[in-house]
This record gives sequence, structure tokens and C-alpha cells, in this order.
Amino acid sequence: MADPHIDVRYVANLARINLSDDEVTRFSTQLEDVMGYIKKLGEVDVEGIEASTHPMIRSNRVRKDEPAPSLPAEGFLQNTPDQANGQLRVPKVVDA
Amino acid sequence: MSLASSSLSSLRRKLVAGEISSREIVQDVIDQITTRDQDIGAFLSFDPDSVLSAADQVDLTLPLGGLPIGIKDNINVEGQPCTCGSKFLKEAFTSPYDATAITRLKGAGAIPFGRTNLDEFAMGSSTENSGLQTTHNPCAPGHIPGGSSGGSAAAVAGQLIPATLGSDTGGSIRQPASHCGVVGLKPSYGRVSRFGLVAFGSSLDQIGPLTRTVEDAALILNAIAGEDPRDSTSLDEPVPDYTDGLDRGVAGMKLGLPKEYFTDGISPQVRNRVEAAAKKLEAQGAEIVEISLPHTEYAVATYYIIAPAEASSNLSRFDGVRYGNRTDNPEDMLSLYKDSREAGFGSEVKRRIILGTYVLSSGYYDAYYLRAQKVRTLIRRDFEQAFEKVDAILTPVAPETAPKMGDATGDPLKHYLADIFTISANLAGNCGISVPLEPIDGKPVGLQILGPYLGEKEILRCARAVEADQ
Repeated sequence: MADPHIDVRYVANLARINLSDDEVTRFSTQLEDVMGYIKKLGEVDVEGIEASTHPMIRSNRVRKDEPAPSLPAEGFLQNTPDQANGQLRVPKVVDA
Repeated sequence: MSLASSSLSSLRRKLVAGEISSREIVQDVIDQITTRDQDIGAFLSFDPDSVLSAADQVDLTLPLGGLPIGIKDNINVEGQPCTCGSKFLKEAFTSPYDATAITRLKGAGAIPFGRTNLDEFAMGSSTENSGLQTTHNPCAPGHIPGGSSGGSAAAVAGQLIPATLGSDTGGSIRQPASHCGVVGLKPSYGRVSRFGLVAFGSSLDQIGPLTRTVEDAALILNAIAGEDPRDSTSLDEPVPDYTDGLDRGVAGMKLGLPKEYFTDGISPQVRNRVEAAAKKLEAQGAEIVEISLPHTEYAVATYYIIAPAEASSNLSRFDGVRYGNRTDNPEDMLSLYKDSREAGFGSEVKRRIILGTYVLSSGYYDAYYLRAQKVRTLIRRDFEQAFEKVDAILTPVAPETAPKMGDATGDPLKHYLADIFTISANLAGNCGISVPLEPIDGKPVGLQILGPYLGEKEILRCARAVEADQ
């Protein structure tokens, strides 16, 4: 693996987080340290090894498809920062 | 001895005999927290009225009837806050439902009591990453309690409450248990439902108990284990009685010492304690053999790709739209997300989200995430092969006793490397327990006993033998 360089501001934008200039500087150094260490995984021969997404490989398990009460709308909305008419309210997304 | 400093099993005997009431226990826990927790900082909040009222309605015929259990503040309890130690959720979230582990605790008669401190969203090993409060190690002043379930460990060690629940993604139950001198059990992945546990690393997270005794850990596991239709990764395997056979001893058990765990990276004193514990178990009739877990040196690197990757995805739900703190007067949706997340998350959470986003991003996915998943397979195979030879594995929990507060601040990699002995069990999915050994210069230290998948009975029995010999 090549020496990693993380463009922290670019990745933070992908992750939808604003960062201060100070954070960008600090995280760049710290994360390059971490990635420099992680690079050692390149030493491992993984040819022909399957990837584990979970500790136990189980096929998709589904519960019985039976109607049951779910959380009422008030339950979902009780923690909403802004709501109107039983719905979440956010800034305008699409211009008319 | 105060009621709050007793074990669950001894309190239960007294409750059933009518010598004490649940109200007296709960009142004592309230009193202990009120008078002493300002120096420890284990609890973020609790509601005295609701727990006292619950104590007046207990059913003592149930296995945990009338017993208060502290809850890590990332496990939902209906009507209570769930901050995850984050400013993002502080005073902005009340749980609308119970986690399945809580439903089951209540079903067993227990009283979920208050909210214990943690590293923000369970990311960390010192509880210093809590955005809300500092937690001190009650057994080693000036030192960290460990983490991320540091509040849960400190609450038990500080004799504020008999037992607590924590969560373990890379050692977050076992390591604080070791640093605080209590018992901490991480069940096998899927043994306990994750429904209602705020997700950090979904393929790694497990809920488990922190207790004063091994028997208490078994009692709590009895209550919370089992399949849950709300968690498709929970196991449809029968739940045995984990207290059954606890005292059978270790005669005839084969216990492995992995050579890769006893390297220069571990303090000589911790190493001595673990080796002395192995000798004692040998004297009780166990056979001790050296084993190899050859991919151990890649565990930290593997974990710090997979856990942040899963975290970056899981924490995208904290966007300021549905719950949590929203920035004032956002210009548009994008600034609503970005400003709310900037203000709400602390440094460690931001770092891990960025790391996780990076390893999942186009062009890097195969080199990092996919490769880490393959190495994860190799780590799991190491354990499968080891458990063909031994019944359980003995290791240190952490390379050193609890570090001083502030020691690793500013150097995340140093923090991450100290997780070396605990994270493999999360990657492989097997179970592990930390049980206290003789302290080192007054500071607690634990022995980690790792078991095969669904080997909880074996490690509990072995931990009980260690406990009985202390």
C-alpha cells in the first residue's frame, strides 16, 4: 500500500461535517499516523480468503410476517427539533 | 456493608427471606450516588421518583426481582434520556421505547437505574471522550476508569450500585472492568439482542453485564440473552442457565496461553499476574498449554478500519433532522447537516467518522475495507483452530493497569494500540470475560478469559474458579 494521504477537508465534506482549520490540521496528522499503522495489513496474504461482514455467516433471517403494533407517530416525533402537522420540518430543499 | 455495595445474589437472598425490601436497596443506591458520585462521576442522570416507584411494585418471584441495575447511556430505556455521552443528544432526546435487553431485565423483575457515563458514542477506552462529564477511577485516584463503559465500571467499583449493563465493541466492557476491579462479560456476538443499543459497529457490538461477582454476571446474562425478532443477528440458540455448574471448577479443562499476547508490549507486572493466575488454575487441575493466534498483530489495524467504517455509516443518522440538536437558522439542508454535526460531535467521533468515510470511499474501499474484512476471516480462523485444542484462552485485558488521566490525549494511535488484547474477540465474535486478579501497587488488574462461540458457560466457570482462589 502507498503512503496514505487523507484530504481531511474533502472527506469531512463527504461525511457532512464542518471542521475548523485547527481540526483539519490536527486530524490530518493524527489520521496519517493511524493510516501509516494500518498500512501493515498490506503484508497479509489474503489471496482466496473470503471477506467476513459478520462474525457468524448466517443467511438472511427474517421474522414472521405478522401484523403487530408499531411505535405511534408521536413516539417518532417527540424528539424532533422542528415539526409541523405531524411531520418533520426542514429548510426548503427544492426551489419552486 | 451497604446494600449498594452488595452482590445481586446476596441481595436476592435477603429480599426473598424478607430481611430487606427493594425500596431499601434502591434508596441506598440513591443515597450513595447523592453523597459520593460527585467525586466519581459514574452517573449522568437518574430519576429517583421512578426508581422508587418501581421498587414498590416488584415481583420477588422473578429471578432479578427488585434489584436495581445501572444502564450505560447508549441503551434505550423508555421515558429516559439517552445521550450517548454526546452534546448532540444532551437534553434533546428521550427514548420512545425500551431496548430488548431492558425489556428482558424488566421482565426478570430488575429495575433499570439511571444512566452511566461513557466515551461519546462508545468510542474510546478511557471515558475521557465523554462530551458531558469526567469519570474517575474509584480504585485508583487520578487514573482513568477505562472505557467506553467507564461509568458502568466505576459505578460498581465505587460501590454505588450492585451491577450495571455496558456495551462492548472492542473491549468496552472488559477493559474498564479490568481497570476498576470488577467482573465484565462480553457475550458472543448475537447472544444478546442489539435492538435499542445505539449502534456503533454493528458487526462488533454486544451488550453485557458489569458486576461484583461472576455469579451476578451469569444471573444478568440469563435474563438478557436470547433470540429477538427485532435483531436479525440475534441467535436462535437455546439459552442455558448460566448459573448452573458455575462451581464445577476447572479440573480437566484445557486452557491456552497465546504466545503472541505475551510480548514486549505488555508490562512485566501484568504479565506476572496473568501467568500466576494460570498457575493457580493449573494447581486446581486445569491443563495449561501454549497456543498460537498468528494474526494477532493485525487485529488493531483490522479493527480500526472496520469499526470506523461501520460507525461512519451508523452515525449518519445524527443529522439534526429527526432528533438531537439542530443548528440555529440553517441556510439550507447541507448547512443543517454540517453545522449540526460540527457542533454536536466531539473530536474522537469526528476523527472516526472521517477515518471510516475515507476507508469506504471510492478508490480506497478494496485496499482498506475489503482487505480488512478478509484479515478478519483469518483472525476468526485463528480462534476456531485454537478452540479445537483448548476450552478457553487466558490473556491480559490491557497491556498496563489504568493509565493516568490525560496520558494519551492528543495521540489517538497510542490509545488504539492498547486495545490489542480485547478487539480480536469482537472481530471473531467469541465471548470474553474480565475477572479481577490481585491488584498491582493498589491498582486493579483483570484476567481475560476468552471462550469459543457460545462458550459463555465455560468462561464463567473458569472465571468463578479464578474468583474463588483470590
